[in-house]
Parts: sequence; structure tokens; C-alpha cells
Amino acid sequence: MSVLVYLENWEGKFKKNTWEAALYASKTAEMLGTEAIGVTIGDLEDDASKAGQFGINKVLSLKGDDFRQFDANAFGAALNEVAEAQGADTIILSGTFNAKALAPSLAIYAEAALLTNVTALPLSADPFTVKRGVFSSKGFNDLSASASKRVVVFVPNSIGLEESEGGAEVSETSASTGDAPRVSVQEVDRVKGKIPLPEAERVVSGGRGLKGPENWGMLEELAEVLDAGTACSKPVSDMDWRPHSEHVGQTGIAIKPNLYVAIGISGAIQHLAGVSASNTIVVINKDEEAPFFKAADFGIVGDAFEVVPKLTEAIKKFKANN
Amino acid sequence: MKVLVCISHVPDTTSKINFTNNNTEFDKNGVQFVINPYDEFGLTRAVWLKEKQGASVTVLNVGTAETEPTLRKALAIGADEAIRVDAEPTDAFFVAQQIAAVAKEGEYDLIIAGRESIDYNGGQVGGMVAALLKWPFINACVGMEIEGDKASFTREIDGGKEKLSAPLPFVIGGQKGLVEESDLRIPNMRGIMQARKKPLAVKEAVDAEAKTKVGDFAKPEPKGAVTMVDADNMEELVKLLHEKAKVI
Repeated sequence: MSVLVYLENWEGKFKKNTWEAALYASKTAEMLGTEAIGVTIGDLEDDASKAGQFGINKVLSLKGDDFRQFDANAFGAALNEVAEAQGADTIILSGTFNAKALAPSLAIYAEAALLTNVTALPLSADPFTVKRGVFSSKGFNDLSASASKRVVVFVPNSIGLEESEGGAEVSETSASTGDAPRVSVQEVDRVKGKIPLPEAERVVSGGRGLKGPENWGMLEELAEVLDAGTACSKPVSDMDWRPHSEHVGQTGIAIKPNLYVAIGISGAIQHLAGVSASNTIVVINKDEEAPFFKAADFGIVGDAFEVVPKLTEAIKKFKANN
Repeated sequence: MKVLVCISHVPDTTSKINFTNNNTEFDKNGVQFVINPYDEFGLTRAVWLKEKQGASVTVLNVGTAETEPTLRKALAIGADEAIRVDAEPTDAFFVAQQIAAVAKEGEYDLIIAGRESIDYNGGQVGGMVAALLKWPFINACVGMEIEGDKASFTREIDGGKEKLSAPLPFVIGGQKGLVEESDLRIPNMRGIMQARKKPLAVKEAVDAEAKTKVGDFAKPEPKGAVTMVDADNMEELVKLLHEKAKVI
């Protein structure tokens, strides 16, 4: 039995996320002693043969009218059909918005165990067991599949990237999209020039300590020099200083970046729940008693309005010299 | 219009999480349970459908008797009736089968689930119910308007939003945006009194087998001690981030 991986694209373009999924799948296939096969859906601008650099030798493309607009049931049904045709019993997805939406239907059609919020490579092959985050990163749990097939959705940035040489053979295939009524997409509105959460490798986040939405300029400048996405705490999104889509925490988005810089955020337990999986946490707060310092790797006690511009300058200088 | 709102019974967001019985179970000791925050936005949106468009609202939980106070709270917020499927919610597949069975029997026009529950964070149930019923599924739904037999939605996508439409019946995975935080209702005395008289039906579970098996739990590794850096020495921080943390 092989491993199938969904190589997602956005308006025809692949992202780091896509290749992390490819690598996750080829490492899982290695563990299971089999091969990993990629699937793309929709028209492509980028070259899918790049999957070869992440251990995938074969990529199948689904194209045409059925696949221009996302629909959870339709994409789930099509992926299941490809998995069956390829004899795949393990299907890998990176936890993007669309992947999370289609994974449940894929699991139903495949009669597979659905393992989501997975934070590392599979722990064992038999029984097929993964480590998943639970209670909004306040805990972890080993979860095993009791069905013979399984769909794995991992959290972006869980394993990172390692490139090697190679090119995959890309060919077209076809699959039906099932008989459920479809949604019809009217308008797609993506913010240009911003790094979306949760895939951002670095995130700069602001809280109530920034005093008002007009003060986000310095935070955005820091994010720009760091090549980071921007985020905020719940009160900031509740007060409409920043859009909901930037709210990270227990009831917002859970993220796992390499670097999380928290500015003027006290570190309530609900906020920590969404960000504590970050590899390195920097906390800037004028209150030395702020609970966030206990969860931080690096802490700076000081006024954000002085510290943040200095940090931005220091990074600029560093980048100029390196 | 008949609306079915799925309610998860979860630990309050401020709960300290501990595990018991040799780390094989969540320790419920001293934990306050609430309506899953994602479901609460959907419930409030459903109550608006009742008030503005004459819908009837049924809340549903798959769980043991201990979840009834949570269902009563949903009734106090404004739902008309409650159903509890009497079973231990072993996994998302099992729960989705129960919800799909209730939906078929009750001939609902739409199902509102939360994007995920804050206990096991699976984000699976809504999409599974939709696939079982062959109804359209709109996940991470932040806006929903219903007119006749059609509905329009806004959902979150990577780095933005998407506007879409679908015919009834459908399933959404809802979240904040369906209504705002300030729209959420705290049950008042009148609501609580009325809720006591509203019907809460207990149903037997349909046959379904879980497809996953829960193993050991663990708490995150504790962080090492924080390294404090002087506010006037950001060069030092940059050096640490580069040399020690290797993140820039």
C-alpha cells in the first residue's frame, strides 16, 4: 500500500507548506516501507516536478472545470478516488484552511481513521500512531488508527524542510467529484503582500499594551524586516483594532512558528494555548510581572514604543552585515 | 426553517489541564465545563434566525448525563429544545454518525457546528456530518445569510476570505464572525427559568464504531528559564536569536 499526499496550490502556485507535506509523506512512506505519490488539484502555474526534491517520484494532476473551485465534499471524493486507484492506505495533508475542510469528507469516503492536529512524524507503523496536540496545546496525546486506512492532517511547520536533488514525473489523471450539491464561490479576497497565519515561520504579535490600532505601524515594520506574519491577542481583535483573522490563541488560530515575538501581551492562559508550541518566544512587556515571561525564551522589560524601533534597527543592521 | 446546533461540552478556557489514571485520561477534577466557544457563536446566530426569520432551534449534544447543564444553558440562551444522544463521545466519526442520524430523523434545514472544539481540537465532526448527509460544507464560516432555499456565506481561507453560496440544506463549521463577541448572550433569570420547562429529549445512540484509539496523554515540556535582555541592548537580542535560537 502506498502513501498519497495532497500537494495544495494557491492560484496555481505552490508554497513551503506544499513541500513540507511532500517531505512528511515521503518520510512516512519510508517508515512504512513504501512509496509516496503526490496529487495536485486545479490548474497549475508552478512546476509540480519540484516534489522530487522532497522524495516524491510521481505526481498526478487533477485538472478541469470540476476542480477550479474548492468544495469540501467534491475534493474529498476526488482524492479518495485517486487514493483507491493508487492503492494508497495513508493520505497526508498539511493543515491549511481548505485541507481541514476537506479531510473529514475524505475520511468518510475512504472509511479511514482521521488523525488531525498532528505535530510530528508518525510515531509507529503498527498500530499507526501519531502525536497530536489537544486542549489547545496545553497537552499532547498519542492517537492510533483502528481502521486500516488513515488520513493524517499535520500542523504546518511541524517538521520543516530538507531539500535534496530530484524531479518528479508529473502526469494528468481524472476522478469524479461525487454527487453532493456543491458550493459556488463568488469572490476570493486574499490580502496581498502579507504572510498568512498559520504558515508563517516568524510571527510578530501585539496586545493591548500597544494602546491603539494607530500604533501598529512599528509592529508592521518589525514584521517586515523579520519577514514575519502579524498577529494579535484576543482583546485587540475584540476591540476591532485588528481583523479577527489575526487573532491567535485558544479561540483564534493556533500557530507553531519558529519565532514568536509578543509585544504588549500579558500572556493569559488562553493566549499561551495558541502560541506555546512556537519554537522560540520573545516577550516585550513593560510589566516585569507579566505571566508571559514564564513562557518566554527571551524577555525584555521595557516600553514597547522604545524597544520595538530599536529592535527593528538592530535587525536591519544585522541583515546588512550578514 | 429548522436549525440544528451541535454543542460540545468542554472545559472552560481558563482551565488548568491535567491528566490522570497513569496519563490515560483527562482529569475532570475541579474543571468547570462550558459550551464550546466556537459553538456559542453559532448558537447565537441560530437564535437570531429564530428571532428575525422565525426559525426553530434545536441544540444537540452527544454525551453522558453530565453534559445536561451545558444543554440547559443553551436553552436559556434561546434554543427551543434540546436532544442528548446518550453515549460516551469516543471519537469524531462516532459522534458524526449520531448527529447525521438525528438530522435525518428531524428533517433539519441546516446544521451549525463549531470549527473545532477546544478540548480535542479535531475539527472533524462538522465536515463528517456533511459528507454522511451529502450536504455542502462551509468550514471556518464567519458569515451566513439565509434567503428562501439559498444561503450566502463568508469563510476564512489562507490569508484572506472567500464569499460563496450554497443551497439548503447545508452544514457549517462556525466561529467568531457569525456573530461578534459582544453579541454573545449571558442567560438571564427569565431565560434560565424558561429553560427548565423546555424539552430535553434523551435518545439512544445508533450503532457506530470509533475509528481511532486514544493512547497516553502528556503535558508540554516545561520551558527552560527565560533569558532577560536589557531594553537598551537589542543588538544582544539579535545575536542571541541568530547564534543561540538560530531563528534569524
